[in-house]
Amino acid sequence: MVFPFRRGTRRALLHPTGSSWGDLLFQAGSGAAGFAILMLLALLAVVLAINALPSFRAFGFGFLGSTAWNPVRDEFGALPFIYGTLLTSAIALVLGVPVSLGIAIFVAELCPGSIRVPLTYVVELLAAVPSVVYGLWGLFVLVPLLTTYVSPALQGTLGFLPIFQGQIYDRNLFTAGVILAIMIIPTVSAVSRDALLAVPQHQREAALSLGATRWESIRIAVLSYARSGIFGAVMLGFGRAFGETMAVTMVIGNRNAISVSWFAPAQTLSSIIANSAREGAAGSLELGAIVELGLVLMLVAFLINVFARLMVWRFLGKREGGLE
Amino acid sequence: MKSTGEHEPTLQPQRSRRGLWIVIGVIAVVVIIVVSGAMTNWFGLGGPSPIQLNGAGSSFAFPLMSAWSTQYKALTGVPGVQINYQATGSGAGINAVIAKNLDFGGTDAPLNATQHTQNPTLLTIPESLGAVTVAYNLPGLPAHINLTGPIVANIYLGVITKWDDAGISAINPGIAFPSTSIFVQYRSDSSGTTFVFTDYLSNASAQFSSQVGKGKLVAWPVGSGAPQNQGVANAVKGQAGAIGYVELAYVVQNSMSYAKIKNAAGSYILPDLNSTAAAAASAAGSLPAGDGDWSQVSITNATGSNSYPIATFTYLLVYQELNIYPSGMTEAKAKALVDFLRWAVDNVAQTAAASLTYAPLPASVVTLDVTTIRTITFNGVALLP
Repeated sequence: MVFPFRRGTRRALLHPTGSSWGDLLFQAGSGAAGFAILMLLALLAVVLAINALPSFRAFGFGFLGSTAWNPVRDEFGALPFIYGTLLTSAIALVLGVPVSLGIAIFVAELCPGSIRVPLTYVVELLAAVPSVVYGLWGLFVLVPLLTTYVSPALQGTLGFLPIFQGQIYDRNLFTAGVILAIMIIPTVSAVSRDALLAVPQHQREAALSLGATRWESIRIAVLSYARSGIFGAVMLGFGRAFGETMAVTMVIGNRNAISVSWFAPAQTLSSIIANSAREGAAGSLELGAIVELGLVLMLVAFLINVFARLMVWRFLGKREGGLE
Repeated sequence: MKSTGEHEPTLQPQRSRRGLWIVIGVIAVVVIIVVSGAMTNWFGLGGPSPIQLNGAGSSFAFPLMSAWSTQYKALTGVPGVQINYQATGSGAGINAVIAKNLDFGGTDAPLNATQHTQNPTLLTIPESLGAVTVAYNLPGLPAHINLTGPIVANIYLGVITKWDDAGISAINPGIAFPSTSIFVQYRSDSSGTTFVFTDYLSNASAQFSSQVGKGKLVAWPVGSGAPQNQGVANAVKGQAGAIGYVELAYVVQNSMSYAKIKNAAGSYILPDLNSTAAAAASAAGSLPAGDGDWSQVSITNATGSNSYPIATFTYLLVYQELNIYPSGMTEAKAKALVDFLRWAVDNVAQTAAASLTYAPLPASVVTLDVTTIRTITFNGVALLP
């Protein structure tokens, strides 16, 4: 029989006569740390809200729907950046999620044990690469590659779609989407792999015993059983793509406008903040507008994360789909 | 059931490991105390520390300030004067000096009228000169084509979209332009370079003035943006058909093609140190005093047959009375600041600037600067004889 507790717990149980002031101190210390993080979050929100006040007073909710961003005339609106953020994140998901799922399925279901661990490490290593490195790589490798080969090919074959028409700028929406796709792959594949590994073995056995092929067993018994976990993984990837700043700023081209074409430069919420953060005196309308963008970004990122966590919890707490 | 017997021995090493952690902890604390003690001693024993003068702002002026910092530290010996300058951008430099967080600020755009009214004792000292070039990437074409202000404005407005535009061909006889699209590049970050460039284009084109206007950040109707001078230079080099505006030093360093621009006298002038200095000299007579309103000062489109039209001063901002800082300002430090300013506008420093592609100030501007620097006081006492 294996003792079901970790070492420290076991020791505490075996030697219950520890000094109690140490316990108290530890409790107080960790409690203070926990409280501090809540305070920090509250402080962040309050300071952002106060600084955004001039802009909120001037534009109200129209700020979210306005396409103007003109520091010379003090006209500010968030729509082009919300559009850029959502579109690049969507491109990232469309390109990145299938690859991530492929990695997760291969690692969890198909791959021989000897390469499973190295492969897992490599994928997780990708998550540890700082985003500015992705940006540099994007700027010097991906941008020329896409501009010379991929984008003209897309325009040649799918050019009847408005999104692939127009001038091909070297740094554009599409490039940003591709970079983001690469950046979310580690997160999405790692979390979905965990979801797949959590599927009980008897699910697979049951499917196989009913005559299912390998693919059918994965599709019917594993993927559908793990789908809310995978959905949570996708939402976490969306969250990362949504807030990514450095790499996007380097490859998106930074134009404050809504363009139908994916080959046109654009701007995301985080890239416009990074670009204009040095501008605007304290209390000015411009700084207010920049901070309000930050508030919008924080709020949406917060919602996405809460939603993703809920989905992951739901998957952990309750089985779904699969064979009953 | 062998659990208890199996697990008991594993508790022993755990106790000794705790002992190890305590020893490591004690050693760490001792090391920290000893090292920090030694470091304070070293600082104490190293003689008086140099006077620190802190400035920040214009990234255009950064290479110059770094060179000056090294040169001036060597000149002042031990303990000497240490100039610290951070390239935070012109807007940030102005904000920080107004907040009295800096001993001096650096900016390419002068204080606007409101900032001047609110801070009447903040002096404006032209420190150096720069030129903004119009760089382009057209493989196989000459290194310096001719362009005019209205044509560049129309390119940046999206009115001219192809290189074989009739207007461009007309002023470049003998050059066959390709029919490629023009890829417009601009600065995505708040920039004094953008201010100068849009100031020039606003003068050159009424449509540009009304549609875009001048500023450190503006709403460009077309094109794509990259951060910093080097970012725009890379963006232009990276795409055939691209056009962008960068400081003179960067096009020289990057061996890029850049245009001759038609000046007020009607000649096509290549940006270089001489044509930039000529622009400043022709405008020098009309400059305000150091404590005056500089918001309307512009040496773009300057008169004079050799003046390059997209030139700019870069300024230092210093308070006239220095004993107004909440902390940190002493008479010795104030004196050091004034001495540095006097040195910076003089021959040695200005010659050093020329080797870094900053045009030296014309003599008339140096005279104006010296007059301004003489008005700086500490507790009402002038610091420069």
